[in-house]
Amino acid sequence: MSTATQTEAQDLAPVSAESLAALLVTGERPPRPSALSASLTFGWRAILKIKHVPEQLFDVTAFPIMMVLMYTYLFGGALAGSPKEYIQFLLPGILVMSVVMITMYTGVSVNTDIEKGVFDRFRTLPIWRPSVMVGYLLGDALRYTIASVVMLTVGVILGYRPDGGVGGVLAGIALLVVFSFAFSWIWTMFGLLLRTEKSVMGVSMMVIFPLTFLSNVFVDPRTMPGWLQAFVNNSPITHLSSAVRGLMAGDWPADEIAWSLGWAGLFIAVFGPVTMRLYNRK
Amino acid sequence: MSQHTSALAIETAGLVKTFGETRAVDGVDLAVPAGTVYGVLGPNGAGKTTTVKMLATLLRPDGGEAHVFGHDVVREADEVRGRVSLTGQYASVDEDLTGTENLVLLGRLLGHHKKAARERAGQLLEAFGLSDAAGKQVKHYSGGMRRRIDIAASILNTPELLFLDEPTTGLDPRSRNQVWDIVRAVVAQGTTVLLTTQYLDEADQLASRIAVIDHGRVIAEGTKGELKASVGAGTVHLRLRDGGRRPEAAEILRRALDAQVQLEPDSVALTARLGSATGDTAAEQASRALAELARTGITVDNFSLGQPSLDEVFLALTGHDTHEARDARDDKDEVAA
Repeated sequence: MSTATQTEAQDLAPVSAESLAALLVTGERPPRPSALSASLTFGWRAILKIKHVPEQLFDVTAFPIMMVLMYTYLFGGALAGSPKEYIQFLLPGILVMSVVMITMYTGVSVNTDIEKGVFDRFRTLPIWRPSVMVGYLLGDALRYTIASVVMLTVGVILGYRPDGGVGGVLAGIALLVVFSFAFSWIWTMFGLLLRTEKSVMGVSMMVIFPLTFLSNVFVDPRTMPGWLQAFVNNSPITHLSSAVRGLMAGDWPADEIAWSLGWAGLFIAVFGPVTMRLYNRK
Repeated sequence: MSQHTSALAIETAGLVKTFGETRAVDGVDLAVPAGTVYGVLGPNGAGKTTTVKMLATLLRPDGGEAHVFGHDVVREADEVRGRVSLTGQYASVDEDLTGTENLVLLGRLLGHHKKAARERAGQLLEAFGLSDAAGKQVKHYSGGMRRRIDIAASILNTPELLFLDEPTTGLDPRSRNQVWDIVRAVVAQGTTVLLTTQYLDEADQLASRIAVIDHGRVIAEGTKGELKASVGAGTVHLRLRDGGRRPEAAEILRRALDAQVQLEPDSVALTARLGSATGDTAAEQASRALAELARTGITVDNFSLGQPSLDEVFLALTGHDTHEARDARDDKDEVAA
């Protein structure tokens, strides 16, 4: 704000009435953009924001690195004999966990962004309404991809060797990003529903911690008590991490992939309309 | 696109919006002729912004009807959105993006191809004198520059109807004049403008018809002349050389001008509120007063003419001033909206 005073109106070039008039007259009115085009444009907005504030990539770079290092060395010796062996099991899981955790920042950014005046303008444009939210999530999908690449790199340095090769790894990341895109609609809902950034964070933590920890990310569910197995074996995170683990190991876990995509579809079907309802009411 | 048969850009009937207990807009009827600047005048919290938001399809009315170029703002919201642009009280551009990025973004959202969007953005920045700041983030812009980029964003596609919600609030006089010039240029090309403002002189400068809003209701509507006539022609403020003759001077003004005269705290100053019954302009009345005073030998050191202020319009129309109106309403609707 303080920098605003540096450029005073006095220094401004005058408004050119003639060229303004010419612009107003020649203004052609192109057809409305398609839903896809509008969504991609909003995705471009998200990327521009990353360009201007690169610090916001901190959560998709430093945080994932920390997660891999911490859990590999913390649990590696105890659970699998050595960190190097454990990481073969852990990496796909920790990848899923970290990226799914990162999705919650979507809610926070929606919450802070939505109050800005520019949303009034977006809402008065004759465009496909959900494109604003879809654009957000497309930008976030890029963030998820960055996080995945960072974690895999660290993993490979620590000794992770995926049997699925490049193809399997890419398929795993693709599935993870698609799932996270769908899962993020929960956060857009909370971002619009809750009044402050803090409450969005609070609620997100309440959802994300049990959901990601109570899964097969760290250990085999067969070591858990029966009632917990019932939850863990049906958790979308368990299905997703089994699917990603399988794909990266060179298998084709059709059931788990289907379950993951099914959950993804369910998240969009339920939270997408709720988000749009809230967005239209704001 | 322009085959709407009615010559009205906006037509509302009994428009209502409530926020909890507060009736922010309480039965507003407006008829805005196409191709003109229509001023909506009122203090903070009168319901101006809420009304604009309903007309721009941002808020759903709780009662009544509103049509923009014959299209219902609720049932045909998309038709309306294709024809209007909104420049809000707070910059309706993305502060994190640069001037160019903002305009290209909106150009793309309006359906321009990448190249056309870039071209148009460049031309607009040039016309608005913002070329030098094109690559800077909008958050580093001054108040005047923000309004410019904001209005530029609103005319990316020449809108048929442009909402300007308090476009000059918080601007220095120079920037304010520049915004007025832009508004005039836009209207000259046939765009209808709905302008909300707290300043009578702004409405006076730009609008051909004015609606005065208070407590969510239209309390007066008419041309500038009609509206001013209802509050008198203005005021004349005098400073006498000899404070001792002030009562005498006041008496002369009362008699000669049929004006209400108020003695100021400053013992040599007095203010006459000029009437409009005679049809004379404030200047004519003032020169008559000066001649009267000179004839009686009262020396006037200094005099000035005042336009009727919004406060006076309010006092005349409602019997209370704008500050009371503000306090009573707690600014609630502007915040909630």
